[in-house]
Amino acid sequence: MLCSICKERQATLHLTKIEGDKMQKLDLCDECAKANGMDDPSALMGADLTLGLGASLELDPGAKIAELKCSRCGFTQADFKKSGRLGCPECYVTFAQGLAEMLKPMHKGTRHVGKAPAALMAEREAADRLKTLEKKLARAIETEDFETAAAVRDQIKELKGAAPVKGG
Amino acid sequence: MKPMKNLHEFLISPGEAARQHGPKDCIVMSSRVRLARNLRNAAFPTWAKKLERVRVLDAILPAVRDLPEMVDSFAEPMDTLSPLDRQILVERHLISREHAAKSTGSGLVLNRAETFSVMINEEDHLRMQALRPGFQIREVWQAIDRLDSALEQKLPYAFDSELGYLTACPTNLGTGIRVSAMLHLPGLVLAEQITPIISSVNKLGLAVRGLYGEGTEALGNVFQVSNQMTLGETESAIVERLEKVLAQIIEHEENARQTMLEKRPKVLFNCLGRAYGNLAYSHIISSKETMNQLSLLRLGVDMGLFPGAERALVDELFLVTQPAHLQKLLSDKLTAEERDLARADMLRERLKVLPRPAMG
Repeated sequence: MLCSICKERQATLHLTKIEGDKMQKLDLCDECAKANGMDDPSALMGADLTLGLGASLELDPGAKIAELKCSRCGFTQADFKKSGRLGCPECYVTFAQGLAEMLKPMHKGTRHVGKAPAALMAEREAADRLKTLEKKLARAIETEDFETAAAVRDQIKELKGAAPVKGG
Repeated sequence: MKPMKNLHEFLISPGEAARQHGPKDCIVMSSRVRLARNLRNAAFPTWAKKLERVRVLDAILPAVRDLPEMVDSFAEPMDTLSPLDRQILVERHLISREHAAKSTGSGLVLNRAETFSVMINEEDHLRMQALRPGFQIREVWQAIDRLDSALEQKLPYAFDSELGYLTACPTNLGTGIRVSAMLHLPGLVLAEQITPIISSVNKLGLAVRGLYGEGTEALGNVFQVSNQMTLGETESAIVERLEKVLAQIIEHEENARQTMLEKRPKVLFNCLGRAYGNLAYSHIISSKETMNQLSLLRLGVDMGLFPGAERALVDELFLVTQPAHLQKLLSDKLTAEERDLARADMLRERLKVLPRPAMG
């Protein structure tokens, strides 16, 4: 069996990762195993990192990762393999698919349940409220309920006036 | 460029630092909580170009410095600090080894009491930590939580409602929190119980590291225990779990000390007596040996086997015998060999006041 990374040398290390009903296989030659920090079988984190962002996607025919690059900062998949760090906050969107797989074994859960910035929460609540009011306004206009429409318009005006200044 | 403030006039003296106390400080040397935060519109420090790092530093440093908690703080770019000063900050556990290696575009804000240290452009734009002597995990979390809430009013954090606070490394994602305690565990090491303890702590998803964090040895029988997972759990849940585990480790250490005294007093007295002899009578002694022997001396003092001796003296020596502190104190450029001589001279001199051990 050929190595799934270099596709040249004979694979000597065979990793299988089973998660739910999904199975991923990774076959590595000595060199590629070493290059990915997996010559030590106990280095499970190394396996997770490689399986998570790199190899597993290469193995997944549905995902084309050849040159996935962050549009904000120019960071690539290859850069992640080198450093294990991302380039900028936007990278979490760019590499969302690969990261999702990687986060599962790394953390207790994949959804944040802790603290959130108060200002951001207020901003988000205001945005949600604005959306609701705009829908209400559209409905009121549609049904020619102009009395409600005027009231809603005032509410929207008030909300927009009081909206916190967005940080730059 | 020169720093606005002199670091050594600012820092608490080693003697004063050694006299600070906290609950259970015979085992828990210090408690610390660190939060990782980043700005929304900038590349993470390791990927950012120099200009961008400087721009981020210029935005963050004044914002942190002007917080009420940071009144009269030491707030400086790293490139104003000499390599020796940075090493001193590492030995004080006020900055990481990684941060000591940074220069242009990185910075530090440290408060007067040295209970808050904010590293700017380490691996993340912000690595803010609260620290206190003794077992005070909950208190340090509350302190850093307040600092963070004040700072978020001024800086646009990178935050995602699904993933939480976005960090350079996915291992810090979510809460960005690392809760840790520095533990002095000579009893468990002497009783050869440390390995099973470490492995059971690891099984609970907690990391055990050496004195200076990631990838360092447990010099002086000092171990750092901290959480590893940051996503999918609330900060309070992480803090509580660590509190529980630490309470258990403390109990094990206390038992190990008591059992040694009751069941194997000769082995214990032999270790302590030799440590005393080595420290009080050596003429050449390395930093590593000093830490290991001072750890035993600290154990003896805490167990009342050196009547009249103060732990503060041992803790002060623990600090001032480390390479950068020693170098600074002697204000000469010394080679490692010269330092080993100077260190032994200092120990012989300072330990003259230490009474001989009262054992068996």
